[in-house]
Amino acid sequence: MADKHAAYICTGCELGTRLDAAALVKTATKDGKIALVREHAFLCSADGVAMIKNDIDNEAVTHVAICACSRRAKTEAFNFPTVAMSRGNLREGVIWIRPDTDEARETTQEMAEDYVRMACAEVKAMKVPEGNQNTGTSKTLLVVGGGMSGMTAAVEASKAGYKVVLVEKTGALGGMAAKLWKRIPNREPFKAPMDNGVADLVAQIDADANIKVYLNAVVAKTAGAPGRFKADIAVESGAVSTEDVGAIIQASGFTPYDVNKLSHLGGGQANVVDQLGLEALAKAANGGPIKRADGKEVKSVVFVQCAGQRDTSGEHLSYCSGHCCATSVKQAMYFKDANPDVDTVVLYTDLRMPGNNEDFYRAAQNKGVIFSKGVVSGVSTSGDGCKVQFKDLILNEDTSADADLVVLATGMVPTTGPDLDALSEANRVAEGSDEKAAVAKEQVIQMMSTSVLNLDYRQGPDMPQFKHGFNDSHFICFPYETRRTAIYAAGPTRRPMDIAQATEDATGAAMKAIQAMENAGLGKAAHPRAGDLSFPTARLEGCTQCKRCTVECPFGAIDEDEKRFPLFNESRCRRCGTCMGACPVRVISFENYSVNTVGAQIKAVDIPDEFSEKPRVLILACENDAYPALDMAGMNRNEYDPFMRVIPVRCLGSVNTIWITDALNSGFDGVMLMGCKHGDQYQCHFVKGSELGRYRMSKVYDTLKGMNLETERLMDLEVAITDVDTLPKKINEYAAKIQEMGMSPFKGL
Amino acid sequence: MSDMNQQMSAKYKNNFLKEIEEQAEMGEWVKMCMQCGVCSGSCPTNFHPGWEHPPQELFMMIRAGKRDEVLDSQSMWMCVSCYNCYVRCPRKVPITHIMHGIAEYAYRIGRAPKNQPTLHLSQTFWNNATKTGRVNEVQLTQSLYFKDGIMDGIKKAMAMQDVALGLVKAGRLNVMEAIGGGHKCKDIKGIHAMLAKAKELENQRKGRAA
Repeated sequence: MADKHAAYICTGCELGTRLDAAALVKTATKDGKIALVREHAFLCSADGVAMIKNDIDNEAVTHVAICACSRRAKTEAFNFPTVAMSRGNLREGVIWIRPDTDEARETTQEMAEDYVRMACAEVKAMKVPEGNQNTGTSKTLLVVGGGMSGMTAAVEASKAGYKVVLVEKTGALGGMAAKLWKRIPNREPFKAPMDNGVADLVAQIDADANIKVYLNAVVAKTAGAPGRFKADIAVESGAVSTEDVGAIIQASGFTPYDVNKLSHLGGGQANVVDQLGLEALAKAANGGPIKRADGKEVKSVVFVQCAGQRDTSGEHLSYCSGHCCATSVKQAMYFKDANPDVDTVVLYTDLRMPGNNEDFYRAAQNKGVIFSKGVVSGVSTSGDGCKVQFKDLILNEDTSADADLVVLATGMVPTTGPDLDALSEANRVAEGSDEKAAVAKEQVIQMMSTSVLNLDYRQGPDMPQFKHGFNDSHFICFPYETRRTAIYAAGPTRRPMDIAQATEDATGAAMKAIQAMENAGLGKAAHPRAGDLSFPTARLEGCTQCKRCTVECPFGAIDEDEKRFPLFNESRCRRCGTCMGACPVRVISFENYSVNTVGAQIKAVDIPDEFSEKPRVLILACENDAYPALDMAGMNRNEYDPFMRVIPVRCLGSVNTIWITDALNSGFDGVMLMGCKHGDQYQCHFVKGSELGRYRMSKVYDTLKGMNLETERLMDLEVAITDVDTLPKKINEYAAKIQEMGMSPFKGL
Repeated sequence: MSDMNQQMSAKYKNNFLKEIEEQAEMGEWVKMCMQCGVCSGSCPTNFHPGWEHPPQELFMMIRAGKRDEVLDSQSMWMCVSCYNCYVRCPRKVPITHIMHGIAEYAYRIGRAPKNQPTLHLSQTFWNNATKTGRVNEVQLTQSLYFKDGIMDGIKKAMAMQDVALGLVKAGRLNVMEAIGGGHKCKDIKGIHAMLAKAKELENQRKGRAA
């Protein structure tokens, strides 16, 4: 079918009165070279939409340029999945950010005409996305880890109608929770420890035909992509079975921090235990008086909070594990409930009792548990028990307490497999032939033995870790996302948490996993471009095998084939375009988003000559944060400079440096990049995209110098979606700076 | 009275928190303090000299078993009963009442500081009121003004004479009550019996020797 292009100019929402619509039609026809151009007074109305639909059905239109409002507006009305579509943003991008004055009319019209040209040029460079054909339709969920999180995820997914394969390393389900005598209460009245709930969940799983359980088993290999993973499950006996799964939840849990490393707090002494050690004593007591390992009944106990946690020395864990305050409260209650005369002292610096745990804390105070704000300096053996030296922070004095037993609240260490950066470094060293290589080889073997998923991915066997070795993601923006598509982390492997949080976390992860499986089956992308049908393809005859795409892909979507060419796993792809931005020879593209679609827009902008006093500044704005912020600036009628031309990009990571050099070469006076915050507090929807994009841009400055251009002609701005008021100001400041710098010498060349 | 101190000290050994919980009014609330310090931040007295320990610190000292330091402290005597702390406490701890409870207990066991003005006022008021069942304003004022000597008393009386005259004119103060017993309630014996019974019950409840 031959391509047929159509452009539609809307004159609703005051577009008709503020702009010269006839001139826009002419622009689309003449400059845009669009065969079919129509004007409509209310394009998003049923009538307007019907007009476009009619053209698609009866006029064989395959490419549609809609010049009306922002691409973020009226998406339900302008929903034509069978054609390629571009949107010229005349409303939020032009009339709403410009004053309605006679002086402004000329530049406003010029702005609108440029956006019409750009929409026409863009759509002509597009292809209709056909959807990923390389899909898998497995709707089975693999859950790795049979603790509270894993069991919950399995049960929830099964309840939603999905089959589950549950793999547990040990011989029984239950994980850490099964080792607890009781759990922190999660329902009214939050006053006493509750049954740990493991038996109930295990019974549910045993009775569930949808859930297949492997005990004493590990995942030996995971290959494939969302919707078509193949997981080799190795059972201790030696048998290996392969399961076809669509998505994976990693609920591999945690181990308590090694108490023996805390010798300054008595770690290793006979009468000093960690919280898990106390759970064992409480289980043995079975509700009766709790006895020490030597059989003596405990009459006094001191709980030391933050033992080896929130450590500033760098020697121990630097983070707070969240559950330990409530756990100590619970354990103090074990003693008080068995015998109210037992002295229970909790030494804390700040007691962190989120949510209803506050009631639990109060209940413990009511039962007579003493809470002292103090920092422990040492624990020594004293007579038959221990002496805890501490500084009382309220009374500001050094003091001590005697106890039969000391309980250390140690932190959670996640089970997340090897750190991918360390592993790839060890692999690199191991390739040599010297002594270091031999050591590195051992390291690689050791690291690989800790792998949880054993992914057969180019970028390593496990999910990348975020902070402190956890598989966390951005806690506000994308709490469940990881950097491996359709693989979700749940429970304490993701971040430190208690049972209540882990249960909720597992439920959320199960939902995300189901969504990812379903989308994968339809050939659609997962978060944040959920439903996107486009996917990257590479023109391999031009590929130089530089490997930048395979290394930089934040989601590990690209492997290498046997000839070392990139091998795209479309279902793993999140459509950020980082590969496209990375490719030095520009052979990677999406059907509707490519070096050409953006390049054509840049070329379509009319550049007035040097003496016109009308500069042109290109803004490449991230579609997730910066572009909506610009739209909202328009909604708030926050005006900005009329010489800006904004092109939304999927991510700063997708920005190919050729766009910048092209723009500057063709006479643009400046280029602004607007992307999300990167680093530890990143807000990039693709985690690493903005970081990689910025790193790449830092190299462009050399090119600018080579072109004899001021480096200020390229400006990188960190933009959050909330910068609705500040962003127009920053744009105007940049515009003033460009004016000051003078026009680019490249105009008209 | 110091017998009582030894008796209580022996009874509770090292558990001063329990002693306060059982012996001081509202003492059972001390354990509920979570050391947020809102009480201290709310106190209008600004802890001028004499106020060594803000309420939450006093509670911490009780938990830490600092019996002598707490009972000999001036702090609880400095409370002006504005109830700001009580109103603001997120734990609803009746701090004002506990302050008075600890002060009262310290007095009971003979640990109250000597010449404590608050104690003197309370003592004088109590004796004055329980004697006849009615407060004798003239005698109460006299005993307060002249507690530090005649000259000091005259000075205070001169300073307050306008107030006093106003009260007299309004019929709120009868100068004649300076001599004799003053006005009294109908059944003094009944009042005394009631107070005696109350004391007996309290001693019983708190396990104190009569």
